[in-house]
Amino acid sequence: MDVRSQVAMVFHLDKCIGCHTCSIACKNIWTDRRGTEYMWWNNVETKPGTGFPTRWEDQEKYHGGWEVHDGQLQLRSTSKTKTIFNIYHNPSMPTMDDYYEPWTYDYQHLFNAPEGPDQPTARPISMVTGELIHIEAGPNWDDDLGGSPVYAENDPNLKGLSAEQRAQLSAVERLVFFYFPRICNHCLNPSCVASCPSGALYKRGEDGIVLVDQQRCRGWRMCVAACPYKKMFYNWNTGKSEKCILCYPRLETGQAPACFHSCVGRIRYLGVVLYDASRIEAVASSTDEKLVEAQRTLILDPHDPEVIAGARKNGIHESVLESAQRSPVYQFVKVWKIALPPHIEYRTMPMLFYVPPMSPVMSNQAEGTIHHNSEDLFHDIDESRVPLQFLANLFGAGHEGFVRYALRKQKAVRWYRRALTVGDVEMATAERMLREADCSPAEAEAIYRLTSLCTFDDRFVIPPMHREEAIQMLEDPLEHKQGAGFGFVSGPRRGT
Amino acid sequence: MTNPFVNQLLFAVVPYLAMFIFFLATILRYRLAPYSYSSLSSQFLENQRHFWALVPFHYGIVFVLTGHVVAFFLPQQILAWNSRPLRLYVLETTALVFGLLTVVGLLGAIARRLTVSKVRAVTNGFDWVVLAMLLAQVLLGVFVAIFHPWGSAWFAAAISPYLWSLVRFSPDLGYVAMLPVAVKAHIVLAYAIIGVTPFTRLVHILVVPNPYLWRRTQVVRWYRAPKEAA
Repeated sequence: MDVRSQVAMVFHLDKCIGCHTCSIACKNIWTDRRGTEYMWWNNVETKPGTGFPTRWEDQEKYHGGWEVHDGQLQLRSTSKTKTIFNIYHNPSMPTMDDYYEPWTYDYQHLFNAPEGPDQPTARPISMVTGELIHIEAGPNWDDDLGGSPVYAENDPNLKGLSAEQRAQLSAVERLVFFYFPRICNHCLNPSCVASCPSGALYKRGEDGIVLVDQQRCRGWRMCVAACPYKKMFYNWNTGKSEKCILCYPRLETGQAPACFHSCVGRIRYLGVVLYDASRIEAVASSTDEKLVEAQRTLILDPHDPEVIAGARKNGIHESVLESAQRSPVYQFVKVWKIALPPHIEYRTMPMLFYVPPMSPVMSNQAEGTIHHNSEDLFHDIDESRVPLQFLANLFGAGHEGFVRYALRKQKAVRWYRRALTVGDVEMATAERMLREADCSPAEAEAIYRLTSLCTFDDRFVIPPMHREEAIQMLEDPLEHKQGAGFGFVSGPRRGT
Repeated sequence: MTNPFVNQLLFAVVPYLAMFIFFLATILRYRLAPYSYSSLSSQFLENQRHFWALVPFHYGIVFVLTGHVVAFFLPQQILAWNSRPLRLYVLETTALVFGLLTVVGLLGAIARRLTVSKVRAVTNGFDWVVLAMLLAQVLLGVFVAIFHPWGSAWFAAAISPYLWSLVRFSPDLGYVAMLPVAVKAHIVLAYAIIGVTPFTRLVHILVVPNPYLWRRTQVVRWYRAPKEAA
């Protein structure tokens, strides 16, 4: 057992209101520079939808993540030998067209236009070339199902759904969508790190944050192809790759990352989990149906004396251990099992987990009126408007069981609380549902509290990062003091 | 270029000057501005023509350059290989094909930079200097290959000894004095390219990621004393 700590995350999709505040907070801090305008380290997608970049989940096109080949875990996009031959031209590299060409508007024209018969307009101009452009798509073009026939109906997660289920997703009066906010998953088995020829990408040993060493990145761009979540971005101006840094300068000073801090729906949770690094490769090689459960076994019980001893042996600080024991992520993922990894079949072992969203009651239109299919207050899970198979493709490697379990438990908690506070539901019924959902009243109460009444400190249990220990004696402390962000003081200018 | 003084300058002074600038400036740049070392790839901005230009160019130039280096280090072996005419023809033809591949790719790369507006947006003056020098150099190389054939033989007999005399710090210009003008120009331009390399994107050649082949798959960095090098 090789115990390490990881800053892990949970996004509670049932609470996401799709306001994009997270994206804006991130953009304003990190990606408002030339070359990064098109990047959205944090973005919020509407599901069903094609996402950003377009159809990023289609690995037949993008070749992201890992695959098991003759029992060996291999990158889909490249291998060590292939990297050498493809270094001049990466065949799996997405281009700007797969994202969008960033633009602004010619506002000056509003002031400088000569007098004429028409009102002057501010026409869009490319932020790459400065030329006038015709905008065809943007980073969030399919928000709230905008352009469904083009976007929602081409969602790769619709694979395996019956024609009836597909029709149901988009039928008037029955259509449904939910939001899917995404940042870098700071994976345990990151394919971006494994693909980097320069060794510029690395995982921080102490907290598991995945970063690009900007001084060592040479722009070979293998990482952009290798990340199945398309959260590696190529800065076309500086010729370096960039990615979500989990706001580590904020984390190191005890603050939540900007997207977490600004989350209006309070859907985001952050905390430390302890994991067994010696088993990552074995777990990542599991068969599809075992992946979700196998990943849970990687996460260790922070109260287990053996784990604590292992953590101490590996130099994990007592304060980090203590925050691991209070971690909300551990509760959601390991104890309650209602938070699931996105697309675990990519085998990168993501450390961002999602609580799958409940969906409205299924209803039908008949004789001009709307009828609910279920008389249940919170309907039967299998009758959800979002087909279970769709959620399973996202969060269960195609297997419905994990999603059904998470949704049933959420539903049972709602019935239980309804019985307690409103009283129009029999307590006996609620308790029976809890039993069926593998949930005790105490657990239901805990889920309710962490979901609905959670304070800032409940949601973000940020471990002391002990960054002070990084600065060795005889090193210049001022250099480190300034060393937030990209780690050096000069501006990131393009080389010649 | 038969003036002995000019010869002296171009073939005994310029090479040292070029190497001096090359080593000093690349090392300084690597130490002082490591951030500026990048391939500066523009594939992200344009994909199709990138493939048809940059792949033939790189494969061509890598093969041709390797040929030059091999001839420099192993002249006797090259001469031995060439002892049968058929093997000489095979070597010369292969080299010419790769040289032409380089020209085609380079022309494609220049045309792409000129015509694709997004790529033009990330092109600076140094890029044009590099492209112009490279184009002149590979055109000269192909010209020499066609009009002064059997270069693989006379390179080993004349150029290798000359270059080795430079390495030994006792330049022997007897080998180069009688060479055709095109060959002389090719040599001088090579020195010029070496001299400007540290100030251009060509430095990406120096950071070709060989260690990737033998390093561990995952990279973990510890800021405290590493428990184990993982």
